Amino acid sequence: MSLGSDEVVRIAHLARLALEPEAVEGYARDLSSILAFVEQLDAADTADVMPMAHPQDASQRLRPDEVTEQNQRERFQTLAPQAEAGLYLVPKVIE
Amino acid sequence: MHNKTIAELSAALRAGEVTSRELTRHFLERIRSLDGGLNAVITVTEEQALAQADAADARIAAGQAGPLTGIPLLHKDLFCTDGVRTSCGSRMLDNFVAPYDAAVVERLREAGMVMLGKTNMDEFAMGSSNENSYYGPVRNPWDTERVPGGSSGGSAAVVAARLTPAATGTDTGGSIRQPASLCGITGIKPTYGRVSRWGMIAFASSLDQGGAFARTAEDCALVLGAMAGTDPRDSTSIEREVPDYAAGLDADLSGLRIGLPKEYFGEGLDAGVAAAVEAAVETFKSLGAEVREVSLPNTHLAVPAYYVVAPAECSSNLSRFDGVRFGHRCENPKDLTDLYERSRGEGFGPEVQRRIMVGTYALSAGYYDAYYLKAQKVRRLISDDFLRAFEEVDLILGPTSPSTAFRLGEKAADPVSMYLSDIYTIAVNLAGLPGMSVPAGFADGLPVGLQIIGNYFEEGRMLNAAHRFQQATDWHTRAPHGFE
Repeated sequence: MSLGSDEVVRIAHLARLALEPEAVEGYARDLSSILAFVEQLDAADTADVMPMAHPQDASQRLRPDEVTEQNQRERFQTLAPQAEAGLYLVPKVIE
Repeated sequence: MHNKTIAELSAALRAGEVTSRELTRHFLERIRSLDGGLNAVITVTEEQALAQADAADARIAAGQAGPLTGIPLLHKDLFCTDGVRTSCGSRMLDNFVAPYDAAVVERLREAGMVMLGKTNMDEFAMGSSNENSYYGPVRNPWDTERVPGGSSGGSAAVVAARLTPAATGTDTGGSIRQPASLCGITGIKPTYGRVSRWGMIAFASSLDQGGAFARTAEDCALVLGAMAGTDPRDSTSIEREVPDYAAGLDADLSGLRIGLPKEYFGEGLDAGVAAAVEAAVETFKSLGAEVREVSLPNTHLAVPAYYVVAPAECSSNLSRFDGVRFGHRCENPKDLTDLYERSRGEGFGPEVQRRIMVGTYALSAGYYDAYYLKAQKVRRLISDDFLRAFEEVDLILGPTSPSTAFRLGEKAADPVSMYLSDIYTIAVNLAGLPGMSVPAGFADGLPVGLQIIGNYFEEGRMLNAAHRFQQATDWHTRAPHGFE
């Protein structure tokens, strides 16, 4: 599998990553070589094999529906790049 | 003092020969004078360390000390530490002061351990050389022109350089075992689910597991015993009692069945590494173990399967870094998309971006079955190989890494060649098994690690074998020049 620069730009946008234009070609080369490397998997016969999601095939535990967390909004918002009056600030989304 | 093991230091603390404050100051002084050439520590927490040491001394005086009370350690900078920067080796979290302690940090603090600081690492634990850190590469104490391995390279280097008796690490594809091997120390990655992942910054959630570095298996047994256990805050942690690992260390190895996977001794294995591992196997025979060949026929598929599963999970996990709630934000975003894209573009380094993109591609519409689902099926094949082998043997032995420590920059230009340095460790993560690396000699003056792989929850048996091996050998007592 070989990826071109256009494809890399598309994937980067899906991943919400702004790439430097001069870095795109290098990424195209690296991603192509990684995808070519993982193509070895195609040769494995996996008919009738159950995909493995957890080593012990454990399932998610359920817990009682009780409030266990305390609200620490002020503390957590001190970590935000921009917060005001209990709100996270971002550029205007709706005109 | 810094050449003593945790077990020895613990006895000295309880006998009143030394205080935790004195120990803490001694190791802080070593970090100050010796880390400059290694770059293994990102943050030193001197003030908190001395306060924790005083609290430990009070516990010891009151007769309430456990075996780890008053013993210093460093945490990999991926474990959240309340009030202390937790960078994950990334510009994205350069300004992130965690608002809570990870379960591992909490447990080791409750055991009385004294945190000296946070260690350098590959960004978001993605790497095998520690060259991917925003804070610069870590250097190997055995040869500072060489890498310490990764991603927990800082943790391995500080233990090897005697800047601390122990450190924590995480292992997603070999990130504890490979650096332990390259730095000549002991490191253990337990069974998936044995140690809580709560407060561990996630990379690939179905593979990530916390563990410990120390110089001996006995010390690893003490630290792992305190870290392990069920945690309701991590839904993947397993509800199962933690055995007393230290109590089983001395068991006799007569009749222990050891398997050597023939796939681990073939092409690509450095001759010096092979010779050291073969000599280690002879030592196990002399201790009474029975050795036979086993086969793990899908070994060659492990690295390719990993490089689908891990990037896919990383692209999902790292989507939380959006420049809104915490972490790096770009200057003057023109709209929300620009904010996301430039914050992430600036905040993540090249290897993290590569993996996010591989994962995004593998999970994008139309490709899921061909990549992620296929890799999860191959993962089952790899796991089944191990389960079949464990019907015949108790432990599997082999090399931890195909070579000794490589030079800085040697593999940096080719991601796939770097990925292949984890060829013997990655399958263990895919299967969720426990594994460890134990010093087993030297090749051209550089340490060689022996990998010991156990069946699920067989950490006790692995530590027992490693401990008996260390009583019969002295590789684990060797210190790098300049750090004796």
